[in-house]
Amino acid sequence: MTDTVTLTIDGKEITVPKGTLLIRAAEQLGTIIPRFCDHPLLDPVGACRQCIVEVEGQRKPMTACTTEAADGWVVNTHLTSDVARTAQEGQLEFLLINHPLDCPMCDKGGECPLQDQAMAHGNHHSRFVDEKRKYDKPVAVSAQVLLDRERCVLCARCTRFSDQVSGDPFIELFERGALEQVAIYEDEPYESYFSGNVIQICPVGALTSTSYRFKARPFDLRSTPSVCDGCSAGCSQTVQARRGQVERQLARTNMAVNEMWNCDKGRFGYGHLTADTRLTSPLVRSDDDGEEPVAADWATALTRVRSILAPDGEVVPTAVLSGGRLPDEDAYVAGKFARTVLGTDDVDFRTRFAPASEGDALAALAGRDTATYDDVEQAGVVLTVGLDPEEEVPILYLRLRKAWRNTKARLVSVGASSGSLAELLWRRLPTDVGAEAAVLDDLARALDRDGDDADQSSPMVAEVADALGSVDRPVVLVGERAGDGALAAAGRLADALGGKVAWVPRRSNARGALDQGLAAGLLPGLRRHDDDTQRAEVAAAWGLDELPTRGRDLHEILTLAGKGKIKVLYLLGVDLVRDVADQRLVDKALRRATVITHDIVANATTAHADVVLPVTASQERAGTRTNWEGRRQQFRPGVAGPQLVQHDWEILVQVTGMLGHDLGFTDLDGIRADMAALAPIDTTPDWPAAADRSDTAAAADDGDDTLTADVYPLLLDNGVHQVNAPDLAATAHDPHLRLHPDDAAPLGVSDGDEVTVTGGKAELTLPVRVTPDQAAGTVFVPANSTAPDQVDNPRHLGDRVTVAAVASGSATADQPVEVNA
Amino acid sequence: MGTLGPVTALSTRYDVDRAWDIDVYEDHGGYQNVRAALDSTPDDMIQMIKDSGLRGRGGAGFPTGLKWSFIAQDTGKPVYLVVNADESEPGTFKDRPLMERDPHSLVEGIIVSCLAIQSEMAYIYARGEFGLVSRRLRHAIEQAYERGYLGADVFGSGKRVDITLHRGAAAYICGEETALLDSLEGRRGQPRLRPPFPATHGLYGCPTTVNNVETVTAAGYIVGQGPEWFNQYGTEKSAGPKLMCISGEVKRPGNYEFALGTPVSEMIAAAGGMLDDRELKFFFPGGSSTPILTAEHADIPYTFEAMTEADSLLGTGALMVHSDKTSVVETVYRYVKFYEHESCGKCTPCREGGYWTAQVYERILDGRGRAEDLDLLADISNNIFGRSFCALGDALTSPVLSSLEHFRDEYEYLLRSAGRLPDHMQSVRTATANEYLERNDLATAGV
Repeated sequence: MTDTVTLTIDGKEITVPKGTLLIRAAEQLGTIIPRFCDHPLLDPVGACRQCIVEVEGQRKPMTACTTEAADGWVVNTHLTSDVARTAQEGQLEFLLINHPLDCPMCDKGGECPLQDQAMAHGNHHSRFVDEKRKYDKPVAVSAQVLLDRERCVLCARCTRFSDQVSGDPFIELFERGALEQVAIYEDEPYESYFSGNVIQICPVGALTSTSYRFKARPFDLRSTPSVCDGCSAGCSQTVQARRGQVERQLARTNMAVNEMWNCDKGRFGYGHLTADTRLTSPLVRSDDDGEEPVAADWATALTRVRSILAPDGEVVPTAVLSGGRLPDEDAYVAGKFARTVLGTDDVDFRTRFAPASEGDALAALAGRDTATYDDVEQAGVVLTVGLDPEEEVPILYLRLRKAWRNTKARLVSVGASSGSLAELLWRRLPTDVGAEAAVLDDLARALDRDGDDADQSSPMVAEVADALGSVDRPVVLVGERAGDGALAAAGRLADALGGKVAWVPRRSNARGALDQGLAAGLLPGLRRHDDDTQRAEVAAAWGLDELPTRGRDLHEILTLAGKGKIKVLYLLGVDLVRDVADQRLVDKALRRATVITHDIVANATTAHADVVLPVTASQERAGTRTNWEGRRQQFRPGVAGPQLVQHDWEILVQVTGMLGHDLGFTDLDGIRADMAALAPIDTTPDWPAAADRSDTAAAADDGDDTLTADVYPLLLDNGVHQVNAPDLAATAHDPHLRLHPDDAAPLGVSDGDEVTVTGGKAELTLPVRVTPDQAAGTVFVPANSTAPDQVDNPRHLGDRVTVAAVASGSATADQPVEVNA
Repeated sequence: MGTLGPVTALSTRYDVDRAWDIDVYEDHGGYQNVRAALDSTPDDMIQMIKDSGLRGRGGAGFPTGLKWSFIAQDTGKPVYLVVNADESEPGTFKDRPLMERDPHSLVEGIIVSCLAIQSEMAYIYARGEFGLVSRRLRHAIEQAYERGYLGADVFGSGKRVDITLHRGAAAYICGEETALLDSLEGRRGQPRLRPPFPATHGLYGCPTTVNNVETVTAAGYIVGQGPEWFNQYGTEKSAGPKLMCISGEVKRPGNYEFALGTPVSEMIAAAGGMLDDRELKFFFPGGSSTPILTAEHADIPYTFEAMTEADSLLGTGALMVHSDKTSVVETVYRYVKFYEHESCGKCTPCREGGYWTAQVYERILDGRGRAEDLDLLADISNNIFGRSFCALGDALTSPVLSSLEHFRDEYEYLLRSAGRLPDHMQSVRTATANEYLERNDLATAGV
């Protein structure tokens, strides 16, 4: 048995791997056999019959999209076979008899495979003189997707995508014969985070986008390759603009990352670029009057920035909070700006309070060859830790699902919940919120023991450890919510297994910020502040005798700001009010410190700022972004953006100049050259050692009736970058709480009942989903999905909260009924 | 070469009152075949089926023994027998009376077949409309369980055979074996890609054989009474008795049993001859999907090979006979409408080609035919035949192409006469009142 087969297509010999479909083999020879239903990432269906070829010795002509190449075959396509050519022409004629001639008003016109093939292979006159099918049009498949059934060629790409790739039900083929049609189940919506893909893969104009419908012609659009900044997935995109305005975004094929897919948030979430809340001019608060900042020109704003940072010529104590969205170049500039111009190492890219050990773990991670999408697909066993992939990094969810479907990968979740991944899980190792590290350490110990010794671990842990040991390179994915020590524990486990680990943050360039050293103790190029040689290297490159002393993390920065010890908070796209858990700490810091912020859209924090500087969004600039894999990808501007906005790095260069310094560059190339001087060093730091947990294990179960809040935002929520996209917002999942059946039973609540969760003075009432995926003793609470004025909802990850059923009938949301568990 | 002419083999209990009851069935020789099977081995039984020359009775005529030998036995997965009782081909009504009058003979055939293919689980997929069939079968299965003929210990042999009866939802496509399997699994009934074939990846991905009711029943007799019992009837390549459904313009349409190889003319004679002594004009030898043959083919023997030689097919044994009072074009149109309606919609040629063909026929019959329509009809059919996903599309083209071949002059007459049939023919088109009004533009005129 050989692994390849050799065949002849149109007289040309070709050798392909066994199992290759004829249509793919022909592609390798440059022969594109016409097709509609075939899609390289979907299972063959053979429905459209357009790709018929003739194979010598076979009784009937065959469909190239369903037939595997066989050794010695002689295949003739439409180029060399009359049978194939007439068959293809015949199928095209069939497809066109019921297809309306409305190309001039169809969104697909100009980029339509049916149109293209009709032009290339079709007759100029139709022999069809009878009545065409008629349907009401359009039908809304979802808020974002409209269906014109009379245009549909029933290729089943959309239904197969939903079934095979995204796993979302409720879009199917209904009826039969000539009345067969794509439809949704009447009582349930087509609810999917990936519905935009079905529009893009529709080979005709049957599925169109609500937001793009009748907006433009493909040949009027200017296309620019880009990289989505919606999350850390790093999806390739095409931004398409007309008259300087983004009209649509399409998934750009990148087989290593997003394959051919995008999530809807990435695809449709560009409304903020032109929203009313867009910041289009600098805003400056007049001195001490307590009013909101008002529009000012750049000269006024930058002068004000100078006087805030250096009122008497000397820079006052300032901290830089850079967020996780700055592109690599801007992250580097922010780090250099803080350390050389502001003379501070008080820098943090995180908007959550991290344990002190996290810096070491992140440094160890950055120096390693971490897992990639491909590793996930090939792993065989994947452990997700404190991660809900579909809500956090949707394209990673698709890859996990692909591994589950195509290679029967065993997926294991460790943590309080895993969201929609629960349906695919092989095993679940539930933990309290933030307590993942202990289970990971248990797994490592179970590996060591070989099963001979008296095994103290649970059977489930032993089983998962066995599975991890049974494959060559298992992958451990750690979400940013995972608790103290989880990343290090995951790293140690992966090392012990010869597998790979990855850290999966939500924000698009958190990984880039890490690589650029935007946290106290870290420096660019994997260098460490506590290493004298490495610190000296950075100081020398930046022309300093010595770097500032090691700085503080977010919690300490906010504490010191609240006490007046840090005078200025310099924010780069960070919304402290919304993102940071401890509102009292934030309030105090914002009241006491002077705040300078760069941002794209007005948010809860810009209202508190003294100076607001408007910046360009991803689609409006060039740069580089590093996704969760550590993969760097450059992007270019698709549109110019509002006239008065500037890039983050541009502003920082100007502020530097006003303070009498010089960063050494004035353009992107200059920044990249500067970065190159501090290229990553070859280092593989050890993972921090495991903590001794022997005395904390018992304390977790305190026997009271409170639960731990498992708080994180859903993919689509009230985020300020999701404004001005009503169709996208309409597809957001309904906010809900989640409870384990053991916690729901004493409350007497079942799926769909209203439940009130109370933490401190805050409370929130939402319908509950009862699912074994939510670890007992925890309750999932969506952050930022409810009314924007309820900012003090119990959004604190790991808080103790009480949960109560809402009495049916009488109670309103304000009157929860206490139930003692 | 065995005997030809009318026989009583599978229909042996058709005249027995209450043969559907297990006591009556056993009084008339029932459940003896299975006892023979219990003394045999699977290999021997499959060999017996091969030796008998049994070919599938569902229409395709594939050798049953060969089909059974393809079933993958070493996969570690269960093997399933699925009985195709979704009898839907127009003109076909042979399985229904068998299951209504003699359901235990099917149950017995299933037990024997399961023992032969080493399956412990059989499903009967019965056509949705078959109410009485389903009641009789359910009753028969219950009785067989009560006697220990089914279940964990068949006739005390320690072997297990279970039967589940499943009623379809009345879709012709579900007679196609892979669509049937999808439907049985609870999915939308549409044919599956092949390969992989059901013999390796069938029901629930397990090795499966799908056999017609008559085939499975015959297999029971063959194992019980030997291949010689079976091939004493018929010809060498077309052995055995065949349940026939004779319909159309004959004096006594109905169920008959003949040895294969009996000439069609003899069958028509057995059915009382032509109605009102009309003249035989054309016939469908085995259901509406088999190409039309004409009076000059009436004396050919009813065998797989003779039918193929005459460019038709033996099909299901549904002989539909028509006289010179009947318009070929109208008759074909009825079947085109049937296939158009029953197309599952999955593939382009069947879905769109059927839709188009029907409209062209309507135009021709309504007097709006054009000279180029006849070539167009042939073109459409040629673009369907061999291009569609499953045989349903091909089935639509059979009456179209064969009628164009044999009766093109009749089409041309309709083009000239603006759709009016020749005077000696009687229209069989049954338009509803509304359709009639609409067609004649009367609906809006207030008539």
